[in-house]
Amino acid sequence: MTDKVIQRYNAAERINHWIVAVCFVLLAISGLAFFYPAFFWLTGVFGTPELARIVHPFVGVVMAVAFGRQFFRYWHHNLLNREDIRWMLSVKEVMKGNEVGDIGRYNGGQKAMFWVMVLCVAALLGSGVIAWRPYFAASFPIPVIRIALLVHATSALALIASIIVHVYAALWVQGTIRAMVEGVVTHAWAKKHHPRWYREMTGKKL
Amino acid sequence: MTSSSLDIQRRSATPTTAPEARNPTEIAQLIDVSVCIGCKACQVACSEWNELRAEVGTCVGVYDNPTDLSSQAWTVMRFAEVEENGKLEWLIRKDGCMHCSDPGCLKACPTPGAIVQHKNGIVDFNQDLCIGCGYCVSGCPFNVPRLSPKDGKAYKCNMCSDRVAVGLEPACVKTCPTGAIQFGSKEDMKEVAATRVADLRSRGFDNAGLYDPPGVGGTHTLYVLHHADKPELYSGLPKDPSISAAVALWKGALKPLATLGIAAAGLFGFFHYITVGPNRADDDTHADAHADTQGEDRS
Repeated sequence: MTDKVIQRYNAAERINHWIVAVCFVLLAISGLAFFYPAFFWLTGVFGTPELARIVHPFVGVVMAVAFGRQFFRYWHHNLLNREDIRWMLSVKEVMKGNEVGDIGRYNGGQKAMFWVMVLCVAALLGSGVIAWRPYFAASFPIPVIRIALLVHATSALALIASIIVHVYAALWVQGTIRAMVEGVVTHAWAKKHHPRWYREMTGKKL
Repeated sequence: MTSSSLDIQRRSATPTTAPEARNPTEIAQLIDVSVCIGCKACQVACSEWNELRAEVGTCVGVYDNPTDLSSQAWTVMRFAEVEENGKLEWLIRKDGCMHCSDPGCLKACPTPGAIVQHKNGIVDFNQDLCIGCGYCVSGCPFNVPRLSPKDGKAYKCNMCSDRVAVGLEPACVKTCPTGAIQFGSKEDMKEVAATRVADLRSRGFDNAGLYDPPGVGGTHTLYVLHHADKPELYSGLPKDPSISAAVALWKGALKPLATLGIAAAGLFGFFHYITVGPNRADDDTHADAHADTQGEDRS
């Protein structure tokens, strides 16, 4: 039994991830509603447009706090090294389904995704607080709020596009979803996609 | 509050066109600062007609009271003491919504129909639709809209759209004892302004002029200023107002860019999956991974 699977994410990590994910979906839906006039009806995700405006920032704070916990869990796993640069330069080969390099716990793409998420969430939190009415916005000069609104929308859209890539990557590389749902991956999965991590976890040689 | 008897020119967060058939005359209120005596009758008339009661303030050392616009004060007199040509001048400006032809508030508003621009030029807020995001406050180049601390909704001068709809002038115009505020078609008001400007110039105000800033497409609140070259003298009336670049970018180029980015991410994923196909670990390592994956639900 112990041979078949490797624990990748424990229960606390999974709960943390899905809190962030659910918050993100709610925020993306209501945020897109505020951004695209034609999708204003998506404010219905929170009942009424005004409720969406009121609730959106609070959900944002929950996401930022939960994501902050993830940041401190994972930042040291996401420091870029030479192998990651090689991975990034060979991304074409990767897209064909061929593995590149002796990948550890995360590959170059996953690490880049991590830092994009960190930047976006930080920008969203900062700009979101500045634009938050009625609590904080009145304390900032209007030109600052204008920049904050632009930064908020831009980083939100960058994050939405990134999350699409994040979700697709998890679907494409089969067996990955299981890591975040059941917490485990198969030995085959680990050996193929994260050989160095596989050796670290099992003490085996490939 | 919008009156349905006024035709709509533009509606916030509505990408499609407004009804085009009827084209009523553009109106304007002309505020001749050189004739204003600062009596605040316009403030009172506004408060009375619109049933607004700003809280009683305290004297801050100048005549300004209330000291700023609010959800309960849609127009306020601003008193500026400046020195021009070696003389002290007391410049009094009735501040409130400028009713821009290209309204920054309407551009910024995310809620369909919460802000409308009537064909006659009046920009009007529909508080029943307002969600209280404050984007209009950020969008306005004149710093006019105010959120109510009670209901969180945005308020500003609506040029008494309810009165104008039935052929009356705004309450402030009706009450002004010196004729400093006039009301009529924008064309007529520009003619009146031209005679006033000529008069002021003949009396030594060489830079007298009409304030109808082109950066916002012109406005439907017009000022006759003795120092039209220095509008900032009048309690910070902006010299060349326009919708801020940040707001224009946010409500303009960012939308198609974002649509492209999100669509590209989604479409790339879809076509990648149906061409390259899924990346399975047990395919190429099937033989030696067999023992590992045995009993898995995937087999």
